[in-house]
Amino acid sequence: MLLALEGVTRTVYLPDAAPLNILRGVDIEVEVGDHVSIVGRSGSGKSTLLNILGLLDEPTSGRLVFDDIPLERMRSAERDRRRGRDVGFIFQQFNLLPGRTALDNVMAPLLYASGRAFWRRRALAAEMLERVGLGERLDALPSQLSGGEQQRVAIARALVRGPRLILADEPTGALDVETGASVMALLDQVAETSGAALITITHDVNVAALARRHMRLDAGVLRPVDAAAPTESASAGSALV
Amino acid sequence: MRALGSSFGGMFTGLVGAIVEAWAELRVHRTRVLLSLIGVAVAVAAITGVVAIGGVLEQSQTESSERYGGRPALLSVNVVDSTGTGTPNATTLEAAEARLANRYGIRYTSRVLQGQLSLSTPQGIIQSQALAVDPDYATMHRLRTASGRMPGAADETHLAPSVVIDDNTWKLLGSPPLAGHPTVTLEGERPVTAVVVGLQRADCDQCYSVTMLYDQYLRVAGTPSVDQGYVPTWEAWVPPKNAGALSKRFSADLSAEFGSGWNVQVQRNDYQATQFGDPLLPLKLAVGGIAGLVLLLGALGLLNISLVTVRYRIREIGIRRSFGATAGRVFFSVMMESIVATVAAGFIGVVLAIVALKNPLSAALVSRAVQDVPPFPVSAAILGLVVSTAVGALAGLLPALVAVRVKPIDAIRY
Repeated sequence: MLLALEGVTRTVYLPDAAPLNILRGVDIEVEVGDHVSIVGRSGSGKSTLLNILGLLDEPTSGRLVFDDIPLERMRSAERDRRRGRDVGFIFQQFNLLPGRTALDNVMAPLLYASGRAFWRRRALAAEMLERVGLGERLDALPSQLSGGEQQRVAIARALVRGPRLILADEPTGALDVETGASVMALLDQVAETSGAALITITHDVNVAALARRHMRLDAGVLRPVDAAAPTESASAGSALV
Repeated sequence: MRALGSSFGGMFTGLVGAIVEAWAELRVHRTRVLLSLIGVAVAVAAITGVVAIGGVLEQSQTESSERYGGRPALLSVNVVDSTGTGTPNATTLEAAEARLANRYGIRYTSRVLQGQLSLSTPQGIIQSQALAVDPDYATMHRLRTASGRMPGAADETHLAPSVVIDDNTWKLLGSPPLAGHPTVTLEGERPVTAVVVGLQRADCDQCYSVTMLYDQYLRVAGTPSVDQGYVPTWEAWVPPKNAGALSKRFSADLSAEFGSGWNVQVQRNDYQATQFGDPLLPLKLAVGGIAGLVLLLGALGLLNISLVTVRYRIREIGIRRSFGATAGRVFFSVMMESIVATVAAGFIGVVLAIVALKNPLSAALVSRAVQDVPPFPVSAAILGLVVSTAVGALAGLLPALVAVRVKPIDAIRY
């Protein structure tokens, strides 16, 4: 088991209002090589769940076990290091570092690696950009790249350290339908090749349909969705909405 | 052992990674960095320059003091009778002094006599202050000419005395070029023609002076008259650490040699014997204070810009946290960014100070003021770099604390 959440809740305490229960008793298990999609309306707690899965945030109650180690047994720095080593994030707004070239952006996570990965960071980053089809755009700045290219740089950056878990938060949210589809196809293919688990949070039923397991987050409660096979994306989409 | 090696390797890559990250950050924001570092570079250049100029001034002051009182330690010896109007026979006295020099291995000695000489010029006869010395005197007192040279041992055998005159006398002679071996007549019972071999600066507008070798002076002016105040002195340049002991030995040896009817006076006249504390301290403090103020203003400017920049970079810090940057690493990177920048600025400041002081124009000015031009002090360069590193650390501390307090999830959404 790569990752498990057991009865996870997340509550935010506001100064002049009642506590906000963002997540309520979330249970999920993720295996290596899994592909899970989580759909839900805006404000349903999707991003909070993603941050908890990626060790960026902590549950208010419940249990998170990552690689058989409970979260409470990990110190803050260990959690950070594990996140850097085992988790790759892909954001809706790409979040590329401004003013840095595509190559610099993909090299950035390797600055926190050690040993061979650190010293060979330039070659590894160039190789990864080559894999996502940007071998000719190594020196391009984010402002010189199209939305689809920027998201491909973000994918290369998320994968360059060979994570075991990829968390994609609305990866096609800022792209047109056609570009979104090609980016998702790439992400799916790269994740499959690397054997990493992929959790996609999305509004887009077509994107969600690409996953093998489908879940819906509604008012903080996570439930499995009985979806059809990915090839029947239209009917899958209707079940997911 | 393997775990220790791996931990060390991790720390090493962490350190290199933080420096690489800081350098990349500076490269991306070079305009901002350059603007914020101008103050630091100027201040470091000022502080480094002050220390270096202090060294030059100190050397200049030292050399000036040494011209008057001699180089440390200079022992001045007189032997007069109990009435203060007689001196021992010159040959006996000089033999005794030579024995002292031999006995104690003293390399530089000189007889010294200050008197007066009449010089004949086209404008008439002038009265000049005369300084009669042995060749070593120039080294012992750092005497140097404005042009030409001091009389040396080779001049002692010349029939015509070699003299150094001041520029006032030289003008009265019609400013003849030294290369033409100009002469001047030294008046006396038997006028003597002397060759001018060097020029020195006059002490005042109406002052005239002539410096010449001791024996050549005696041949022109005769034996000095003690009752007119012309007391021959013997000077010895000795190691400062032995000055006290040698002073006592000189006094004891000469007293034993000449007996109770003679007073032997041995005194030390160089500046180290009379000086307490650093005479340049007020100047150093004033200029150092100004440089410190400039540095403080530069550091405040840097701190201000760093704080604004960290707020502007909160999202980026959040993204880096998602890559696995620990809080410690973020703190270290922001600190390193400030330190790397100020060390670079400090280096530029030190180079500026070196260029300012060692360029041909400044070097010419310095060499006019001092004989032994001191090298650019390494201590000044080190001080400049240490100060810039400290400023970087201080200016980076607050932004680094701000950066660490940022929650990754809030930062990514920022």
